[in-house]
Amino acid sequence: MELDSKVPGGPIAEKWDRHRFELKLVNPANKRKFRVLVVGSGLAGASASASLAELGYDVDCFCFQDSSRRAHSIAAQGGINAAKNYQNDGDSVHRLFYDTVKGGDYRSREANVYRLAQVSVDIIDQCVAQGVPFAREYGGHLANRSFGGAQVSRTFYARGATGQQLLLGAYGALNRQVKAGKVRMHPRTEMLDVVLVDGHARGLVTRDLVTGRLERWAGDAVVLATGGYGNVFFLSTNAVGCNVTATWRAHKRGACFANPCFTQIHPTCIPVAGEHQSKLTLMSESLRNDGRIWVPKQKGDARPPSQIPEGERDYYLERMYPSFGNLSPRDISSRAAKKVCDEGRGVGPGGLGVYLDFKDAIARLGRDVIEQRYGNLFEMYERITGEDPYAVPMRIFPASHYTMGGLWVDYNLMSTVPGLHVIGEANFSDHGANRLGASALMQGLADGYFVLPYTIGHYFASHPRQAVSTDDAAFAETEARVRAQQDRLLGIQGRRSPMSFHKELGKLVWDDCGMSRNRAGLERALARIPALRDEFWSDLKVTGSGQEFNQCLERAGRVADFMEFAELMVRDALNREESCGAHYREEHVMPDGEARRDDENFCYVAAWRHKGDGEPAELVKEPLSFENVKLATRSYK
Amino acid sequence: MKLTLHIWRQKGPSDPGRMVPYVLDDVSEHSSFLEMLDQLNEELITKGEDPVAFDSDCREGICGTCSVVIDGRPHGPWKATTACQLHMRQYHDGDEIWVEPWRAKAFPVVKDLVVDRSAFDRIQQAGGYVSVNTGSAPDANALPIGKETADLAFDAAHCIGCGACVAACKNASAMLFVSAKVGQLALLPQGQPERQRRVLAMVEQMDREGFGNCTNQYECEAACPKQIPVDFIRSMNRDWLGSALWSRP
Repeated sequence: MELDSKVPGGPIAEKWDRHRFELKLVNPANKRKFRVLVVGSGLAGASASASLAELGYDVDCFCFQDSSRRAHSIAAQGGINAAKNYQNDGDSVHRLFYDTVKGGDYRSREANVYRLAQVSVDIIDQCVAQGVPFAREYGGHLANRSFGGAQVSRTFYARGATGQQLLLGAYGALNRQVKAGKVRMHPRTEMLDVVLVDGHARGLVTRDLVTGRLERWAGDAVVLATGGYGNVFFLSTNAVGCNVTATWRAHKRGACFANPCFTQIHPTCIPVAGEHQSKLTLMSESLRNDGRIWVPKQKGDARPPSQIPEGERDYYLERMYPSFGNLSPRDISSRAAKKVCDEGRGVGPGGLGVYLDFKDAIARLGRDVIEQRYGNLFEMYERITGEDPYAVPMRIFPASHYTMGGLWVDYNLMSTVPGLHVIGEANFSDHGANRLGASALMQGLADGYFVLPYTIGHYFASHPRQAVSTDDAAFAETEARVRAQQDRLLGIQGRRSPMSFHKELGKLVWDDCGMSRNRAGLERALARIPALRDEFWSDLKVTGSGQEFNQCLERAGRVADFMEFAELMVRDALNREESCGAHYREEHVMPDGEARRDDENFCYVAAWRHKGDGEPAELVKEPLSFENVKLATRSYK
Repeated sequence: MKLTLHIWRQKGPSDPGRMVPYVLDDVSEHSSFLEMLDQLNEELITKGEDPVAFDSDCREGICGTCSVVIDGRPHGPWKATTACQLHMRQYHDGDEIWVEPWRAKAFPVVKDLVVDRSAFDRIQQAGGYVSVNTGSAPDANALPIGKETADLAFDAAHCIGCGACVAACKNASAMLFVSAKVGQLALLPQGQPERQRRVLAMVEQMDREGFGNCTNQYECEAACPKQIPVDFIRSMNRDWLGSALWSRP
């Protein structure tokens, strides 16, 4: 199998324009005849559904939440990047492109990233026109702030709730089309499989989460906007409902899964407090501007922080990375925290935490200034931990936050299954091996507002339209398969809950395929995951039936998919014998412990093709070429 | 700690429902309220009993999914806090806690603590947006908006659509929710062209959904996890009156 990225020719700055001209169009009067099935209603799904409906397509949009407004994009805090150069500080499309390719440690596709930077400016215009209340200066113009990995101020924000405001903007656009009768919204509906007719994605099988009814939907194309798989670790900053089910089941129908081992671990999250914990909460990276990170020099030092004298503290980031210090990039800061905790110098319950201390900043600037800058974050921290961060240093620890990997897509955002398009975090696209802050929102909206609406028309215009009916054999067959899996889950009647299996899987993957990986650990995980999966299928307990509102069954189905997906992720990490971005292989490091990338052997996208249950997936490579950004080693010393 | 929970159990919309007591041992003071419910459900599943259905997703106070009334108060006793951010250190060994769903005619119970809030979506669909197609926007800085105005619009826009305002109101009024969206767009220049038709359409839909009227008790503001002020209700009333008087037939 060959992967054709369909990247157009010509100079990089002209590719997208040229491509848009070359794309075939659908006559405006014919658009209403094409039905698009969009799964997911976050930034990517809502913006795509609204924009496609505005163009005249007939859209059905599905989400498992009780309202499309609750998709997890809503929780993004920091901001959204755009190459507006409103600050006159030398930003440009080319600079945003360059920063993103470099930040991704040279494992993304140049042409896609360039297009992302190009449309970033339109996104801000669109959102402002919708009434998104971005932060403003007194003169009435938009405010910006800086984020990691950039030396210009290009991040637009709405207090600490940028994702919420952008999503509610897209939700408004979506609602307008629902009102107009162009989008039919299906909340509390979970996609359980994609239906292929003659090799093309032509439908879905879903479960109505209120009644339990399995339903069939036929359309002319399917769009997956179903987010990332960070919950494979069980504990993550993702919402508890986030899952891999839609992309995994599409993978099993033929969509290649690309770079699953590229998972971002965010350095500043509130540490795990105990076995009861269901999720982790992010504390904005901005805190590292004024907070100093440290652990005791002495192993197992159990004294309260106030009793540890200055000389017995190790400000390890300042020591190891003197020029970037506490503001070192995410992957590097996370690994450094793990290192000191592995040495037995971690703080708090279980020794899995480091201090983020504001004592010096409070002494220098006064409590008022700190309160103005971070008041809401301090409050959130106190609410969760019961500790006052003005008096006691915060405890933080890295946590799974975002996944760069996802279903492989070409330049048109179409997967290896014709007609199956994948947008937002669900695809592997633009972030390479590490995503920069404030780029996730940008990508979700770029795909949904400004890329997919053009490229999907080309797919429609290039294939003769053939009507399908939900009565076709392919639908009956897919529904039967979904029903069989559901019956199997309900029929085991073992002893353990779905959550207990999810926790065990998450811990296993975190330990052996988390922030730092090595061959022995990965091989151990490859042996243990199938064993745990067997136990899952023989000792699972699911209460109730399939014909009712049943959260236990919902969860069981998602955990079953994580059980299979985890193995592929580990296999990908084992295959990638290099360290790049968030993927750190202990065997491939510089003498000083920094990551060693291997451009000669691993400058490719690892796309995995499903070969059948129980069979190892086949690796298909898409070579990456860098013609506009020179390959170089990242250094933050 | 050991707790006695009294939880509303209701199989479906037509079941009358009842409070059922549960005793839960070994609750960590560090867990959140919803993690405590997770713990109960793990015990129930292991025993083969039907776990308590409740909604939650982000568990960091922004998605607006969680919707439980705790000891008579939507989202529980902490001010400006959703149930998912309420922590068990608030409670003591031996406490009894009563847990119920949002109660309002317009929010029918789906199961146990889960309610149907689609009425909120339908109100938003009636006009809670600016009608602008993708691609037709002018440059973002072409329309300066004063910082104070933008900040105030954000205060309204921060509504998470959880429905605590309705659950707290003795009339089950949705005025705070509706006024937050009406107020956000009424403050901004982008919202002006549709200002009159928006407020009329959203209020009409609100009434159609069966929400009650506002009698100025301000319970909504007290229960709102995002502390949206009732001032927006006042300005919406003014907007509505003006629009009803002046709008063309």
